[in-house]
Parts: sequence; structure tokens; C-alpha cells
Amino acid sequence: MQRDTPSGQRPKDVYFFATCLVDLFCPEAGMDAITLIEREGVTVHFPENQTCCGQPAYTSGYADEARAVALAQMRLFENDWPVVVPSGSCAGMMRHHYPKLFAEDPILKAKAEALAERVFELSEFLLNVLKVQWKDSGKPATVTLHTSCAARREMGTHVHARALLAQLPGVNVVTQSHEAECCGFGGTFSLKHPSISSAMAGDKADALKETGAEAFISADCGCMLNINHTLQKRGDAFQGKHLATFLCERLAAKGEKA
Amino acid sequence: MSAHENSQPLKFIPASEFKQRTSEAVSDELLRKSFRGAMDFLMAKRATQFPDPVALEAQRGLAEHIRKYSLAHLPDLLEQLERNLTANGIQVHWAENAEQANAIIVGIAQKHSAKLMVKGKSMVSEETELNHAMEAVGIEALESDMGEYIVQLDGEKPSHIIMPAIHKTKQQIAKLFAEKVPGASYTESVDELIGIGRAVLREKFMTAEIGLSGVNFAVAETGTLCLVENEGNGRMCTTVPKVHVAITGIEKIVEKLEHVPPLFGLLTRSATGQAVTTYFNMISRPRQPGEKDGPQEVHLVLLDNGRTQAYNDEQMRSTLQCIRCGACMNHCPVYTRVGGHAYGTTYPGPIGEIISPHMMGLAATHALPTASSLCGACSEVCPVKIPIPDLLIRLRGEASHDARPGHAPLVGQGAAKSALMDIVWAGWAALYTRPALYRAFGWLATRFRFLTPPMQSGWTYSRTPLKPAARSLRDLLAERKRK
Ligand code: SF4
Repeated sequence: MQRDTPSGQRPKDVYFFATCLVDLFCPEAGMDAITLIEREGVTVHFPENQTCCGQPAYTSGYADEARAVALAQMRLFENDWPVVVPSGSCAGMMRHHYPKLFAEDPILKAKAEALAERVFELSEFLLNVLKVQWKDSGKPATVTLHTSCAARREMGTHVHARALLAQLPGVNVVTQSHEAECCGFGGTFSLKHPSISSAMAGDKADALKETGAEAFISADCGCMLNINHTLQKRGDAFQGKHLATFLCERLAAKGEKA
Repeated sequence: MSAHENSQPLKFIPASEFKQRTSEAVSDELLRKSFRGAMDFLMAKRATQFPDPVALEAQRGLAEHIRKYSLAHLPDLLEQLERNLTANGIQVHWAENAEQANAIIVGIAQKHSAKLMVKGKSMVSEETELNHAMEAVGIEALESDMGEYIVQLDGEKPSHIIMPAIHKTKQQIAKLFAEKVPGASYTESVDELIGIGRAVLREKFMTAEIGLSGVNFAVAETGTLCLVENEGNGRMCTTVPKVHVAITGIEKIVEKLEHVPPLFGLLTRSATGQAVTTYFNMISRPRQPGEKDGPQEVHLVLLDNGRTQAYNDEQMRSTLQCIRCGACMNHCPVYTRVGGHAYGTTYPGPIGEIISPHMMGLAATHALPTASSLCGACSEVCPVKIPIPDLLIRLRGEASHDARPGHAPLVGQGAAKSALMDIVWAGWAALYTRPALYRAFGWLATRFRFLTPPMQSGWTYSRTPLKPAARSLRDLLAERKRK
């Protein structure tokens, strides 16, 4: 999928929607994502009042509660700047499900649709909109990539993460078996059906580890936490890294400030 | 001796104990391994049939369109079908529920003083549990599809809608045949096993008074019943006995004959990775004067059994687009791990999760739509593009709430309503709609992260506890600004 901004112009400013998981559980990944955008000369705005995209309630069948939270986010993006989200899952929520959530209100639906057009998952934004060209400065490394189901099937952004990694000659990306299969997180699914979810997470951890890679990379914190904590419980040192963090390390851009 | 005399009572498993059964299923190593292997095989076979994703999208779009069109005209098409079937000499019966359908078929069998009914594969007859209704009045109902024959012999239900005995290993089948089929000796050779089953069935085809089959597509304009199969037993059931009874759901209809090929092509490719099946039967009338074979009587039973409830809702109507290819279960990471029996429903897997609530009510089935990570693998492969994850979310909502104003309640509406969950989600919404409150919460959660509970419900079942970071992203950004 080759999406650009609605105007097709390179933006000077963007909104950053961190997601609730990144804010509280993976803040480093959020900082690294911001760094990657800023080093391309783009100003990143972080609306202070952002909280959560509303997905947990939405997928649990609590549409009214999801709508209230979604509406609170929609109000934060008044300028027509792109909204960059470091998660395929939350980006998918805003891009595909907000319009459905507000289907019965013509004004809010139009607003949701307009917003959807400028919501970008981080890797597609870097690749398609900012058209980054990078110089790899890390040691040779072998990694494997786990793409979240929403990134793959709602946002179609599994290709972008792969393309970004392909810009780094020192990075060898190996593919795990059952690559397209879900890691078993599924938000409240992991709480409601722990045995099924754990079986899926366990199989995913095995498949990633069996590649012999030194780490796995994911552009979604939900999957990453699910798999990492599964591995930790096994006492396994093999862990995953957020795509933004890995990219920053490779570009020696960590903590850089534009 | 007949299969049913040998078989134990049916191992019926209530849908309501879903969670317990799935926990047991995932710890059954053998089951996990055989399902994974079988599903990998089926996924790979399907993939070879669709080398061009653009072409596939066009085909799926057409198939979806045909199914949506058929459903949009459902009442008219059903009337047209009845008219044309009747004109062709096929007797049409309407059944609102399973009991009515069974009573109709029992009535037909009794009219002919039947002792034996041979059955081609029919999931709708599984849905009505027809075999038990027949046996209750002393009529033997014998499955003639090899997979169905195996599960019937073992007193089980199918675990997959296309491959009913997929949960069984070759060794288990060998043992079953040696124990239950008179005169059969133990063999693990697949050809020999099929030979044993064939020998039993051959004789039964000749003596059965009634043959039963399902229907894949009922064509309204011509009054034709299309039946897709590989083993030839379907053709036997629909041509050898003097009476043929077909049973199907009211949604399996298309208007024109030309609507069939696009659906047929996707059905076989999606189901078993075959470009065509060995048999494609088109049944349009009973035996005519001067003809040498074919049944003297043909009946069609059209079953509702909750389908109208799905039909009446614009969004849930898409559930009825299904052509029962089974691809959604083959690609489902949950089905692959728990197998078909764990669902406790006739239709397992993703399609089962969205259709069973209409057939059995939400009280018995509300756990099913929650058993999904919403990964979307099902809708990605569904040949008629049913938005399964959206329907799962919808059913979760209907199960946990009263009907919305202006909407008729579903059967079992609100069966999973929970005052506690209502409070949890209200609290969640209160927190996430109040930025100041959320910031305070984030501040506390990060500063007091050492208080994170070590046991976190289902999460810590197989994972270390989730702990907030020492500083939230907004804290880090504020710090960076100060620097
Ligand atoms: S829902 Fe779609 S994929 Fe599943 S059985 Fe029906 S047609 Fe096939």
C-alpha cells in the first residue's frame, strides 16, 4: 500500500499519538519514534491530552465507552497535519474503526473519515511520506520481524517495516515459520482465554527463537510485551525490540534531538 | 451389524462449558500436533490455488456480490425456488427449527416404511441431529461420507465442516475399524481402510429406501439442487434409493445457474485446494417415465433454525453469505489449537462463532465470540468476504448489553451482562476521557510501579507481570524540554 498525505506534500509538522501502551509501558519506543521523525526535519507535536484510542472497549463490545474515548482523541487533532502512530493496531483503530463507530452521526462520521485519511502507522509514514534514506552504522546483526495482525491485515504495513530494515545493509532479516500467524495477544482476549492465548504466544516465541536471530523486532508494543513476557517467564534471554528503538540504534540516532 | 448399533451414545458437549474444554484441548499434545499438521497442509494447498492475489481479489469480490445479491432478494428467490422445484416434481418442505425438519424427514421415511437411510455429507442434518431422530423411531441412519462414517462409528460429532474426522490419526481409525467393523482386521493402510468402509457401504446403498443429502447451491430460476463432493457417495445417495431427501439452510440460494460457477470455483479451492471436485451433481427432478435410474421421489427441506434472525439485521446478514468452505477454520490460530470439538457446536471455528449464536441463542454461546484475538486471518481468506471480526465484536456487544432501542433483541440478548464489567468499562471511559485524571493515574502508576501486582489475571498465566515503565512518555518528553 502506497499511502501519502492527502495533499501529497511533505509535512512540516505532525501529531504524534503515542498510544496508552507506549505511554506507560514502552516510553523509550515512543521517544525513539519521535527522534526518527525529527531527524528528517519535521516538527513533532504531542497533544498533552491524548490518552488511548479506545480499542479495548471497542473490541470488547462496549461501543458507547469506546466512542466517548475516541471522541476525546478526535478533538486533539485540529490542524490537518498527519497523525503518526507507533502501532499498527491503534493506527488501524483510528483509520478503519473510528468511521464505523460514528457511522450514525453524519458530522462526526465525516470528521472521523477525514482524520482516518491522515492517520499513519510509523513505518509507512517514514517510508512513504518522509521517504527516508538511511545509512546503517551498526555491526552486522541478524533479526526476525514480527508484524502485528492489525499492521498486516488492516494497515498493510508489514511491507513497510521490512522495507525499512532492508535499507540497512548490516541487518539480516530472517523469517520465522508461520510468520503471518497471530501472537495471541488480542487485548482482552489474553485475559479472557489465557490458555488459548498462552498457547499462541508460546508457539510464536518458539518460532521467533528458532530462527536463530539475536532479537525479534516488532512495530507493535502489544505483541512485543506479550511475547517478551512469555519469554521472560521461561527465563529466556531472547527478547524483542520495538522497530523504532532498533532503527535508532542502527542509525546511531538514540537520544538525538533535532 | 450397523454402524449405529456399534456406536456409543453421542459425546455431546454443551457450548457453555467452552472455557474448560478449550483449556483441556490446548494441553492435549497429540490433538495440538494433528490439528497443526492438518491445517498447515490445507493452508498450503489453498495457497497453491491462488497464485495471483489480484485475481483472487476480483474473484472474491464477485462471489461476495453474488451472495449479497442473493440475500437481498432472499424472500423472492425462495418463492421462485419453490415454484420451480414444484414444477419439476420436487416436493418442498419448510422447517422453522430442527425438530420440524426432523419430523418432516421421519414422516417421509415412515410413509415409505423405510428401515435404512443412507446419508451423503450434510452439515445441516448435523445441525438438526437427524440421525438421533431417525434412530428414535427405529430407522437406521448411516453416514456414507468416509469422514462422517468414521465419526459416526465412534459416536462423535464432526470436528471440521469439510473434514469431519480430521482430529483422528490413522492409528486411531485403524483401531476403531478393527474394533467396530465386523470382520475387519487391523490395518494402517489408508487404501485398505477405505476399502473396508466401501465394502460396508456398497451393500447399504443397495438396500436403503431413503437417501439423504445436503445442498451446496439451490438455483431459484431453474429449480436445481447442486451438490459438491469427492467420494461419489453423494451421487449414490441421490440416485440409488427410491426416495431422495435433500436438506439445506434457507440461505443456500442463488438466482441463476450462472451464479454457481464463480462460487463453486472458490469453494473447492478455498476448502481443499482443489480446482474442481470429483463430482458436481445437479439434481432437477425425480425419475421420469422411460428413465432407467434415479429416485422416484425427491424432497427438499428448507431449514431456518435462527437464520432469519441474522437475516433481519443489516450487519449480521453477511453471516449468511457463507458457502461453508471451512477456510476460516483452517486459518484460525484458535481453531488450530483447540480443534473442532471444543466449540461444542455443529459449526466450529470462526464461522461457528458467528452463526451459532443465531442457531442456539446467546445464552449457550456467548463465550464463542470472545474466543478470538480478532487477528483477521479468517476474513482475509473468506471467499465471500464475510467481515468475521466485525461480527464477533458486534456479538460481544449484544451478549453484554440489552438490545439497543429500535432493535429487536436477539435470542439470549444480554446473556453475558455483568454489572461488574459495566462498572469496569465505565471507569475505564471516565479515566480515558479525562486527560488530567489520566495524567495523574500515569504519574502514580509509574512512581508506584513497585506495587504492581505479581498476579495479573489471565496475563500471568504464562507471562511475567506487566509493569509500568519508571517514567511515562509524557514525563520523558517534559524532561527533554527542560534540558
Ligand atoms: S465464513 Fe467464509 S471462510 Fe468460513 S466457511 Fe464460510 S465462506 Fe468459508
